[in-house]
Amino acid sequence: MAEEKLTMRKKIQAADRMNRIMADYFYGLDEAATTGKRKVAWCTSVGPAELLRALGYDVYFPENHAAMLGATRMSTDLIPAANAIGYSPDICSYLTADIGACLKGITPLSKAYKGIESVPKPDVLVFNTNQCRDVQDWFAWYSRRFGVPSIGVTSPKNVNDVTEAHVDDVSRQIQALVPTLEEIAGTKLDMDRLRETVSLSRECTELWKQVLETATAAPSPLTFFDGTIHMGPAVVLRGTRVAIDYYKELLAELTQRIRDGVGAVDDESSRLYWEGMPVWGRLRQHSELFSHLKASVLASTYCSSWIFPAFDAQDPFRSMAKAYLELFIVRADRYKETYLKGMLEKFRIDGIIYHDAKTCPYNSNSRYGLPQRVEAETGIPSLVLSGDLNDLRCVSDEQTKTNVEAFLEQIAEGR
Amino acid sequence: MSKPVYVGLDIGSSRTKVAVVDSERRLLGHAVKKSGTDFSVTAGVCLDASLEMAGATRGEIVNAVSTGYGRSNVAFVTGQHKTEIGCLAKGCYNRFPEAITIIDIGGQDNKVIKLEPDGRRNSFKMNRKCAAGTGAFLEEMSFRLDIPLEEMNGLARQSREMVKLGSYCTVFSATEVLEHIRHGKKVADIVKGIFYSVIKRVLEMDSPTERVVMTGGVVAHNPYIVEMAEEMIGRSVLLPELPQLAGAIGAALYALEEKGEANG
Repeated sequence: MAEEKLTMRKKIQAADRMNRIMADYFYGLDEAATTGKRKVAWCTSVGPAELLRALGYDVYFPENHAAMLGATRMSTDLIPAANAIGYSPDICSYLTADIGACLKGITPLSKAYKGIESVPKPDVLVFNTNQCRDVQDWFAWYSRRFGVPSIGVTSPKNVNDVTEAHVDDVSRQIQALVPTLEEIAGTKLDMDRLRETVSLSRECTELWKQVLETATAAPSPLTFFDGTIHMGPAVVLRGTRVAIDYYKELLAELTQRIRDGVGAVDDESSRLYWEGMPVWGRLRQHSELFSHLKASVLASTYCSSWIFPAFDAQDPFRSMAKAYLELFIVRADRYKETYLKGMLEKFRIDGIIYHDAKTCPYNSNSRYGLPQRVEAETGIPSLVLSGDLNDLRCVSDEQTKTNVEAFLEQIAEGR
Repeated sequence: MSKPVYVGLDIGSSRTKVAVVDSERRLLGHAVKKSGTDFSVTAGVCLDASLEMAGATRGEIVNAVSTGYGRSNVAFVTGQHKTEIGCLAKGCYNRFPEAITIIDIGGQDNKVIKLEPDGRRNSFKMNRKCAAGTGAFLEEMSFRLDIPLEEMNGLARQSREMVKLGSYCTVFSATEVLEHIRHGKKVADIVKGIFYSVIKRVLEMDSPTERVVMTGGVVAHNPYIVEMAEEMIGRSVLLPELPQLAGAIGAALYALEEKGEANG
């Protein structure tokens, strides 16, 4: 029997530049922390990073580090260390992997970037609970560990419409952080600098949106799996010029692919949407699983969560509050359903995959009947995959494979 | 005289099932064996047994399709495979050509598959990464109770007062069973409770439509489970003649249809 040629996802050329940018970012943080030249703030991924940058902090994101622990498949060995000190295997596996890594004195940064020995020691920890309560508990542990303050914003949750009252509340909470952050930074907040940072964040986010929307083309020039990698600068470097320049380059490459009719997956036969967290330790396997079946997972809620149309340099505090509140994860199901229906239409989706992540209830949207409601209204079939973002003990590769293959058979039958 | 046949191999985690059909979709031969640790050897033994029953030889195989957990381990017969979900749908719809919900209770996973009146799949669900409610759960319970697996059906039927198990988890259920034994509950009542738990787990995966078909080894070897399911669903359940073979027959039908398409 002739060997079947397997379809692979194509490499994005801009990745090399992104890798250099990320290296510069981590070396910068390491220098700040080891020399004390600049203060280091740890921030949740949709925390008030704009404010921190405007105050001159180097900003480090533990969620990004936790995702690295997952992607390098280190997390499953580290999670038990956190479990053993009372952090349950049922709570966020970003938290347990990251705390486990700290307990064991391990970081993937050391392997990736020669000379870096540890994560950068923080001067302050700043959270926003817009994603979940776990980030606050996560930072509280580090606050005790390093003896530095953990401050932040407690956001409303399950919001359908973001109202002025919500924005007032969060905006005031962000402003209330300023005196403490000024004291630690040893400088006063320069409002012009804050406006400029917010403006840069807005520009970054607009470009990231354009990058993701190239996937409306058929065939799609990029996949969800590319997105999870290339979102790096949008997560850790929003509010900087370097992120903007990077996304211009990436957008140009993807636009050229569209002009050339080149898809990320050859002979794209199914267009899929991914709802929920990636399974970081299975990115390559999942990418191959879908591409071998000529299916392109091309859009996702996760990657789109770093699009913040509300940022407005003219009204920095309130627009930051609005941007952080408008996040998908903050919203109630009525909003989420409308959002998903819009995405399914925009990207011409044939099927939607919900990842039910065992340790991440906030990012698992299959638990309150939402897939059934969306499917009933759109007629677009859905599949729920059980797994986890970082704890591979909760992942069954064989079940995933059978489910995905059967789902694609079902989509093909429905045509 | 040559006898063209089409073969379906369902290499399950617990049992290997092979079905042989002719071009008229008639089942000519079949075999079932414990999968063991060498899937291809077991598949070979089952293949030869089912071919012998069919009065055919390996040389007369026109086309073959594999399915199940070890579907990639039978390259010596075929490189074509389909999912168990697709094959169960194909096999059941061939027998019951109408809108149906298939409930399959397998060795390590359960499936609920819904078919449209024209046989197209509407949806499917597999159990989460947990063996509670599957054949593996029954095997564990038979071990804990020190009862041969094949005696469980007869015991459950003797029950007069079922003992319900409350736990999701196989390990916790085992502890619960031991506790009931300590409290002097009858084994037959506990076994019926175990059967009840199996059906309950599978029924909570999805809501069945009007016509329900049950398949799988657990159903084939424990007809009392089907009776209990009928009581719980509130209507009668359809059963193929060989519930354990439904997936293998579906695979054989795929082999037949795809060869037909290729030739056509």
